[in-house]
Amino acid sequence: MNINQLFALAPIITLAGTAIAIMLGIAIRRNFVSSCAIAAIGIVISLAALGLVWRQIPVQATVLMLMDAYALFYMALLLSAGLAVLGLCYDYFKAREGENEELPLLLLTALLGASVLVCSSHFASFFVGLEILSISLFVLIGYPLNQARPLEAAIKYLVLSGVSSAFLLMGMALIYAQCGELSFSGIGGYMTSRQDMNAMVLSGILLIVAGLGFKLSLVPFHLWTPDVYEGAPAPITAFIATVSKGAVFALLLRFFISTYSYDYAPLLNVFGVIAGLSILGGNLLALLQNNVKRLLAYSSIAHMGYLLVAFVAGGSISSVLVVESVSFYLLAYFITTIGAFGVVSVLSTPETEADDLSFYRGLFWRRPWLAAIFTLMLISLAGIPLTAGFIGKFYIFTSAAEGRLWGLLVAVIVGSGLGLYYYLRIIVVMSTNVEATGIKPAQDWISNAILAVLTMLLVWLGVYPSLLVNVIQSVS
Amino acid sequence: MILLVLICVLLLGGFAAWLSARWSPGAPRWLAVIVLIVEALLLIVPYSVAEQSNGFPSTWFGDFYAPWIPRFGIHFHLAMDGLSLLLITLTVLLGFMAVSSSWTEITNRQGFFFFNLLACLAGTVGVFLALDLFLFFFFWELMIIPMYFLISIWGHESRTYAAVKFFIFTQVSSLLMLLAIVSLVLIHHNNSGIYSFDYFDLLNIALNPDAAFWLMLGFFIAFTVKLPAVPFHTWLPDAHTQAPTGGSVILAGVMLKTGAYGLLRFVIPLFPEAAHQFAPVAMTLGAVSVLYAAAMAFAQSDLKRLIAYTSVSHMGFILLGIFSWNLLALQGSVITMLAHGISASALFMIAGALQERLHTREMENMGGLWPVLPKLSALTLLFALASLGLPGLGNFIGEFLVLQGAFSVNMLLTSVTTLVLILAPVYALCMMQKTFYGPRYQHSALADFNRREWLSLGLLVLATAWLGLSPQAVLNVSAPAMQSSIEMER
Repeated sequence: MNINQLFALAPIITLAGTAIAIMLGIAIRRNFVSSCAIAAIGIVISLAALGLVWRQIPVQATVLMLMDAYALFYMALLLSAGLAVLGLCYDYFKAREGENEELPLLLLTALLGASVLVCSSHFASFFVGLEILSISLFVLIGYPLNQARPLEAAIKYLVLSGVSSAFLLMGMALIYAQCGELSFSGIGGYMTSRQDMNAMVLSGILLIVAGLGFKLSLVPFHLWTPDVYEGAPAPITAFIATVSKGAVFALLLRFFISTYSYDYAPLLNVFGVIAGLSILGGNLLALLQNNVKRLLAYSSIAHMGYLLVAFVAGGSISSVLVVESVSFYLLAYFITTIGAFGVVSVLSTPETEADDLSFYRGLFWRRPWLAAIFTLMLISLAGIPLTAGFIGKFYIFTSAAEGRLWGLLVAVIVGSGLGLYYYLRIIVVMSTNVEATGIKPAQDWISNAILAVLTMLLVWLGVYPSLLVNVIQSVS
Repeated sequence: MILLVLICVLLLGGFAAWLSARWSPGAPRWLAVIVLIVEALLLIVPYSVAEQSNGFPSTWFGDFYAPWIPRFGIHFHLAMDGLSLLLITLTVLLGFMAVSSSWTEITNRQGFFFFNLLACLAGTVGVFLALDLFLFFFFWELMIIPMYFLISIWGHESRTYAAVKFFIFTQVSSLLMLLAIVSLVLIHHNNSGIYSFDYFDLLNIALNPDAAFWLMLGFFIAFTVKLPAVPFHTWLPDAHTQAPTGGSVILAGVMLKTGAYGLLRFVIPLFPEAAHQFAPVAMTLGAVSVLYAAAMAFAQSDLKRLIAYTSVSHMGFILLGIFSWNLLALQGSVITMLAHGISASALFMIAGALQERLHTREMENMGGLWPVLPKLSALTLLFALASLGLPGLGNFIGEFLVLQGAFSVNMLLTSVTTLVLILAPVYALCMMQKTFYGPRYQHSALADFNRREWLSLGLLVLATAWLGLSPQAVLNVSAPAMQSSIEMER
C-alpha cells in the first residue's frame, strides 16, 4: 500500500478514529453532549476528506476497496444521512435517564460499516462491512434496554440477520469454489471467460441475493421489517430504513455490474418476481396498518420494490442509466424517509413512541409546520410532483420503459394507486378538526433545523433537479 | 414572459392570501379578488394582440422557453393559442365565482382555503399553457393536490371518501399517461438520438401502429377520467357533491375542461391515425355518457348530485364532438366547454346558496321555494333552461354544432344521442318542480340573494346569453387552433 492509497482511505480512517476518540472520551467522563459533538465533528471531517479524495479518484486502495466516484457519492450520502440521524437522536435521547453516551459511538461504527460496504470490491470487505453495520444495529435497536418492544425487535433482528449472514457466506463459498476468486473483478473475469451458465455460480449468487434480500426487506424476506421498525426508537428506525438499506443496495448494484452478473438472464427473472411481490405485498399490507411506523415499514418494502424495478432494467439498458436512476431514487428516498421518521421522532419521547395514527389527529392545526413537513414527505413517498420523490419515480418509469418491463410497470402503477390510499389516510387524519390541546411546545431545535433542511432539499430537488442530475451523471 | 407571470401571479397570490390570514380573517378573500383582477387585466394583453392582427393569429402567442432538466431535454415551455386563451379566460371568470361563493360559506381556516383555491387555478392555467409534456404532467398533478385539500377539509359529510376517491382515480390514470409520455419520448430518442419532451418535437415522429395505439390509450384514459366519460365517471358525483361550493365551481367549470383540452391538444395531434381508428369507440363512449348520465340525473334526489350528473352528460357531447373530425364539431366542443363551465358553475352556486340557507341538499326537503326566494328561483330557472339547451343561451350553440358536425360522420350514433333533447328537459324541469314549486315546506324566513350573489350570477347570465346570441366572436378566437388540429388529422 502506498501513500496515495492510504490517503484515499482517509474518510474511513477518520470514522474509525472518531469512534475510538468517543470511546476514550466516555472512559474519561460520561457526557452525552460531548459524545454527540465529537461524533458530529468526526462525520464532518470525514465528509471533508471525501472532498479531498475526490480529486484523485479512482484509486484501488488494496485489493479490498475501490475508491471511485460511485463509492464516494454513496459515502457522502450515507454520512450526511448519518449526521441527520445523529441530530435526531440527540433530541430524542437528551431527556432520557440513563447512559446514552454509547449511542453516537454505535452510530459511527454503523456508518463505518456502511462506508466500507459501498467501497468494497472484494468479498472480504463486503462481509466485514456488512457485519460491522449489522452488529452496531442490534445494539442500537435495543438501546432503550428497560423496555420490552425494542428488546424484542433487537432479538428478532439479531436472529434473522445471523441467518442471512449464513446464507451470504454460503453463497460466497459456492462462488469461490467455482472461480477461485474473491475479488469482484476476478469473478467478473471468470464470468466473461465462460459462455455457458454455471450452476454453482448461479446458486451462489442466488444465496447472496437471499442474504441481501433480508437486509433490504424484500418480499419474501420481509417478515422482520414491521416489528423491528415499530420496536426501534424512531431515529434508529430512520437509520435502518436509509443507511442500512441504501448501503446494501449500492453494494448489490456494484456487485452485479462489476461481476457481469447481468448476463445471467434467469437471475433477472428472479429479481423481477421479487420486485413485483415487494411492490404489491408491501402496499397491500400497508393498507391495513393503524400504526404509522408499521405503515412506513411496509411502504419501505414497496419502495425497495420500485428501486429493484430499475435494477432489473439493467439487464437490457445501459448501466449508466441504471446507476443514475437508482442513485436519484435512493437519494430522494433517504430525504423522505429521514424526514418522515424525523417527524415521528420529534413527536415521540423515549417513553412513548408517537406511532399510533390517533396521535396525529388534527396535527395540522396543533403543529402546522410539522404537519406540513410530514405531508410533503408523504406526498414525496407517493411520488407526486413538486417533490424529489416524483423525479425518482420518473427515473424508475424511464429506465423500466427503456428496458421494456411492461409487467413491472403495471405493478408500479397499481402499487402507487394503493400507496396513495394509505398516505392520504395519514394526511386526512392530520387535517381533521380538533380543538387545540396543551401539547408540549417544540424545543428540539436541532431536529427542527434538520427537518427544515430536508424539506427544502425535497422541494428543491423536486422542482429543479438539474444540478443533482449532473452530479449523479458524473458518478455513473 | 407574460405567460409565466399569469401562473406566478396566482401562485404567489395564493401564498400571500395564506399569510394574510394572520392579520385579519377577512383578508384572504379580498386578496384573492385582487389577485384575480390582476390576472384578468393581464389577459387583456393577448386579446389586444389578437385585435391588432385582425382575428386571432394561427401562430402561438407569447412563447416562453427556458431549460429545466437538460439531461432529458425537458424545457419550461409555455405558449398560448386561441383555445388556451378562451379556457384561461373561463378559468379567471370562474375563479371570481368560486371566491364569491366561498365568501360567507367558508368560515374556518380561510387563509389556507384561498391558498388552495388559487393554487388550483394556477395549476389549471399551467395545464392550459404547457407545451412540454413533462411540464404539462407537472401542472396536471399540481392542480389535483389543492383540490384534494379543498374537498377533504372543507367538504360536506362524507368528504374523506370523496376526496380520496377523486385523488386515486386521477392519480392512477395520470400515471398511465406518464408511462405513455415516457415511452413516446424514448421512441423519439431511439429514432433521433436526442431526448426531448417538447410538444413540437414529438408531433411528427414515426410510430408503428401498435405502439401508437397503446400510447394513445394511455393519454385517452387519463383524459377521459378527468373529463369524465362513462365508465370512468364514478368519482365525479361524489367529488362534486361533497366539495364546498367554491370547489364544485372549479371542478365542474374548469377542471373537467382540462380533460377535453388534453384530448384536443395531445391525443389527436400526437396520434392522428390511432385516434382516427379509435374514433368510433370514443364517439360511442361519448354518446353513452350523454344518455346514461342524463338518465341518472333524473333519478337523483340530491340537488348537487343531479347537477354533477348533468355535467357528465354535457361532457359526453364534448367527447362526441372532438372525435367527429371536423371543424364544425370541434368548434361546437369548444363552445360547449365554455357554456357548460358557465351554466354548471351557476347551478352549483345556486345549490350552494340553497344549502347555506336550508342546510340540506335533498330536494325532498325543499319544495315551494319560489314565493320565498323569487330572485334565486328565477335565476335557477334560467340556468336550468340553459343547461337543457334552450336556443339563445350558450349550451344550445355548442350542442347544436356538435350534433351537426357529428351527424355527417356517424348518423346512427348522432340520432340516438339526440334523444337527450328529451331527457334533458325532463331532469331540468323535474329539478325545478321538486325544488321551487309544489307544496311549501315549513321554512322560516329566508334571505333572498344579496348584492354579491346578484353580481356574480348576473355576470354569468350575461356571459351565457352573450355566448348564445353572438358566438361568432368566440368562434373566431378558437378557429385557427381548431383549423390546425384538423389539418394535423389529415
